[in-house]
Amino acid sequence: MTDTATPPITRTVDARGSFCPGPLMELIRAIREGQVGDVIAVWSADRGSKTDIPKWVEKAGHRFVGVFDRDGYDEIVVEKLR
Amino acid sequence: MQRILVLGGGVGGTLAANLIARKLRRQIARGEAVVTVVDLTGHHTYQPGFMYIAMGGERAKNLERPERRLLDKEVELVVGQIERIDAAGRLVELADGMRLPYDHLVLATGSRILPELIEHFDTEAHHFYTAEAAARLRAALDDFKGGKLVIGIAGMPYKCPPAPLEVAFLVESELRERGLRDKTELHFCSPIGRVFTIETVSEMATPYFEQKGIEVHTFFNVETIDAEHKTVNSLEGEELPYDLLILVPPHKGAQVVIDAGLAPPSGWLPTDRHTLQVKHLAAPNTPDEQIERYPNVYALGDATDLPLSKAGSTAHFEAPIVAERIAAAVLGREPHAKEGSYTGKVMCFFEIGDGKGTLLQFDYEHPPRPPKPNQLWHLGKIVFNKTYWLTVPRGRV
Repeated sequence: MTDTATPPITRTVDARGSFCPGPLMELIRAIREGQVGDVIAVWSADRGSKTDIPKWVEKAGHRFVGVFDRDGYDEIVVEKLR
Repeated sequence: MQRILVLGGGVGGTLAANLIARKLRRQIARGEAVVTVVDLTGHHTYQPGFMYIAMGGERAKNLERPERRLLDKEVELVVGQIERIDAAGRLVELADGMRLPYDHLVLATGSRILPELIEHFDTEAHHFYTAEAAARLRAALDDFKGGKLVIGIAGMPYKCPPAPLEVAFLVESELRERGLRDKTELHFCSPIGRVFTIETVSEMATPYFEQKGIEVHTFFNVETIDAEHKTVNSLEGEELPYDLLILVPPHKGAQVVIDAGLAPPSGWLPTDRHTLQVKHLAAPNTPDEQIERYPNVYALGDATDLPLSKAGSTAHFEAPIVAERIAAAVLGREPHAKEGSYTGKVMCFFEIGDGKGTLLQFDYEHPPRPPKPNQLWHLGKIVFNKTYWLTVPRGRV
């Protein structure tokens, strides 16, 4: 996936200092606080986030936009659908 | 005169104060140093025992001792409520107006539970994070005649991560013994994608849920409790009916450290993972090495934001590091390289039910490899709980 597929990000959650399940919990907080249509980017250096977050997004009924390799961390992008 | 002030008389604060006093005995005797603990109640509570009020016939009075009796005689104790911490002015003020200037500060202010963050929690859900709540849960279990029993976690992080799993296993054993197991549906709800945060522990515990017929609901983040229809509802859209509901309440760090500008709204103090010095609040993407540390302010135990268990054991293994670093500062020497650097060591027992337990031992670099559960580790936990007063706070183990 490339950057061009990413809709404009409305909020970035920097969870790079946090370990599993920290980044997922940070995303959940952002989803709770956000509006439908928000596109949230989670920055995580924890390898578990790449698998945990998409699974949670599927169960919670939001849209997993993608995971992007950044310099030393992953950017995981999620759209709030409900 | 070097003034060392310890806020909080729990496991971490009590042990740190005693270890500092031991290292500075001569300086204290000569009037060159003073160690003071400030505690809200003056009573030290052994919180891991609360679960056993609900599950094992423990009594609240056995879980409390006067803090004064646990402290080294050289440590001063002030009973009072902390009103304000002024890190720039190196001063702590109490609600009664007492002013305590310090040279070295230890924040052992712990965590607090906030059931009120979820509507109807107080009337619908049980928990075991205070002696009173655990006694109410015991009474509810005594009245329970079967039905849907839901155990869940309504916020992370929380104190004693294995506790809700232990409660699930112990309740299941109890219901079997009381002949109620086949009349009961047991559900366990985890906010994350597995039953426990640490993968190796999750791998160990998951087969027990299967074996004991406890239905696991992963990614279940408690959002609301519907008191009328008796359902607990998740952010993810799941709705679980209950007859008896047991939830770990949401937790936060102490309000006073948030008000002091030392911690973010969560209340967990940004803490250096090795030196345990409190870090200045910084913008989210500031590299860790660029974040300034308070040279004379330390945090330990539940109060920190470290990615470790909020458990007495964590405080127990952190206290010697804080003591070594403060003693070194007072004595004008460098801290001992090994004794002054925390490795993330944590060790705790884990009940599996049916009189069996296991041991979780880990640090930052090594995840736990729990041994096969047996009766010995269960007995180990019971003995540890009973002998706690003579060992941990006094630095004997």
